Amino acid sequence: MYGSKVKLRIFFVLLILVVLSLSVFLILKSLEDNVVYFKSPTEIKTLGEIEKNKIRIGGMVKKNSIFVEEKKLKFIVTDFKNEINVTYSGVIPNLFAEGKGVVAEGYLKDRNVFLATKILAKHDENYMPPEVKAAIEEK
Amino acid sequence: MASLIGLYSLFFGLCSSFLIIFFSIKNFRNFLNFDSKILSLTFLQFFFVVVSFLGLIISFINSDFSNETVYNHSHTTKPLFYKISGTWGNHEGSLLLWLLVLTLFLFLFLLKSKEQSKKYRILTLFFQQIIIIGFFIFLLKTSNPFSYIFPTPAEGLGLNPILQDPALAIHPPILYLGYVGSSIIFSSTLAAATLNKINKEWATHIKKWVLLSWVFLTLGILLGSIWAYYELGWGGFWFWDPVENVSLMPWLALTTLLHCLLVLEKRFLLTSWVVILSISTFTLSMCGTFLVRSGILNSVHTFANDPERGLFILIFLFSLIFLSLFIFFFFHKFENKNMNQLFWLSKETSILINNWFMMYFLTVVLIGTIYPIFLEVISSEKISVGPPFYHKLIIPFLIPFLFMMAIGPKLKWIKSDMLIKKRLIVLFLISFLLSFLLVIKLNKDILINSILLTFAFYLFFVSLRDFFIKKKLSLPQNFAHFGFSLLILSILFNNILSKEIITNLKVGEIYKSEKFEINFENIGQVEKKNFKEIIGKFIIKDSEDNIEILNPGLRIYNQPNIVTSEADIKVNLFEDKFMTMNYVPNQDYFNIRYQIKPFMIWIWFSVLLITFGGIMSVFKKRYEN
Repeated sequence: MYGSKVKLRIFFVLLILVVLSLSVFLILKSLEDNVVYFKSPTEIKTLGEIEKNKIRIGGMVKKNSIFVEEKKLKFIVTDFKNEINVTYSGVIPNLFAEGKGVVAEGYLKDRNVFLATKILAKHDENYMPPEVKAAIEEK
Repeated sequence: MASLIGLYSLFFGLCSSFLIIFFSIKNFRNFLNFDSKILSLTFLQFFFVVVSFLGLIISFINSDFSNETVYNHSHTTKPLFYKISGTWGNHEGSLLLWLLVLTLFLFLFLLKSKEQSKKYRILTLFFQQIIIIGFFIFLLKTSNPFSYIFPTPAEGLGLNPILQDPALAIHPPILYLGYVGSSIIFSSTLAAATLNKINKEWATHIKKWVLLSWVFLTLGILLGSIWAYYELGWGGFWFWDPVENVSLMPWLALTTLLHCLLVLEKRFLLTSWVVILSISTFTLSMCGTFLVRSGILNSVHTFANDPERGLFILIFLFSLIFLSLFIFFFFHKFENKNMNQLFWLSKETSILINNWFMMYFLTVVLIGTIYPIFLEVISSEKISVGPPFYHKLIIPFLIPFLFMMAIGPKLKWIKSDMLIKKRLIVLFLISFLLSFLLVIKLNKDILINSILLTFAFYLFFVSLRDFFIKKKLSLPQNFAHFGFSLLILSILFNNILSKEIITNLKVGEIYKSEKFEINFENIGQVEKKNFKEIIGKFIIKDSEDNIEILNPGLRIYNQPNIVTSEADIKVNLFEDKFMTMNYVPNQDYFNIRYQIKPFMIWIWFSVLLITFGGIMSVFKKRYEN
């Protein structure tokens, strides 16, 4: 009924559609698996059940809360409403300091203890995690 | 004073834009030749922007703190070199640099396009002026580099110390030459599409510009990457961070465009591809600048910034996209001949297939980069997308991609025969055996590693062999493809063979593990003009009793008061020994990170090879005649 040219064209269009939808599906699927959520200490306190996946937390490092052992670093992250204890071993970025903003990636042990696997370096001494900024502005 | 001259010159520059547009519309309508007045006016505009830029540089050199930009980003004790580079190390200055390059490229384009038709030149000029006006207004309205503060502060706030680095001083200008170079491609593509002039001759003419911006963009990304490697102390060179991604996206689009132009030049095919890719390259470049500077992205590189400016540039961006889509749909004549002209086994088909792959990579990076922004707007949920996402989606598709890169250049244009060459198969078997043995020897039982290695080696051998047998004509292509295979190989080996130790040590303590012994011998102190540096001495002994001494440092800058760590890197041909020392607040401990990074130098070298291919091609009269 149709010429071979038309058939070929339909075939191409179908092929492109299939490939496109397949790749979009693939991308979205792995996005779902590899996304890291960002939570503030207050959000963690109000969490229904404890998140098993990797998350990021952000806030200010509480004054006089940093404590170092040979393999471990402990400190408290606060958003001025709630706080959470963080245990960490690994590279400590230079901008990490008491009273400054911090973002840590890792897993929750319970609502009060966070086991960090990475502390993210920020390049700017004025940087403040967005939640903390919002919390301070609310005050 | 210099600030004032700079500011006025910006206004004059904006005025010349309107004059240029007025004269070009007049010239477009009449039957005369290209009006030389327009060329002079374009030069004048360029001159005004140069004066303005020099004004800002002089304000920085003289530490004129009545200028807000200088006050925010400079300090009297800063070395002269960084006072100058501080000019473009901030939002306002970097936008002025954008504008400078925009006007420079337009002027060069008019000089170099004398053999093109009058209408085409004027239209290109017109579209470029629209972009230039947009940037002028953006600069003057929302991010004026010459804002005045009264009373004049006695001292400035200083430049972020991690930006006080030679690589980062030249990284923005080089990257911008690439970014902004794409504006000329954008304007001339729109002009050519309007005049229905997208043809073989045009492809030859525009290819030089594409190559030029491609070379700069590649070099710019390389510099940024090297800087991140030694300055940030993470010991890596690519983190899939949004700020890095936004430079990779235009690069992917530009590379695809380059290959499309080859097909257009030879076969007069893929015209719509060329138009769309030109538009997307420029759009992505603009997004890049915007996202880095606006602070919208939740990036590790985020510099505290003001997202208010975002709105203007977003509106500007959307009107440009709208304009270009309008031209694309209403003026651009879609090719009558279509896919039927493509034979399945030919050079153009292989290029087209790899273009699809590159578009796929681009989509992955794009989604990974902007999805978090959308999610935050829609659900106020904050997320970040990590490297596993990119690795999982990109690495498997690199395999056919590498294969096509090896095979493609071997095929003929129009129609290639199925003649299977013995040598190609032999080379493939060699690569397979080699990677199989390597994977077994290294005890890495990961399937995907060995397949990827096989194909990377394959491309490596095929292009290596071509250096000796092929005619000189495709040498640039061969350099670039060979460089790419070397890049993939070095990255793979770097990933597989890297070693790392992280520990906290006090001065005098010794860290022991099975493989290494790290002795923190002592610390010394050096005093410089704008920082104090604490230098540690570490003696590292490995299991074969080889001794290496590394001296990482910690710099304490006076203004702003920031501590940065200076990595000590011992580079040799096969591996880098990399050590950083970080300061733990209020404690005796130092946080030590010791890494062995194999083949780092080969990663840099292979990108240089790729760039070299591009440079060769720029200087070649005609490609594969």
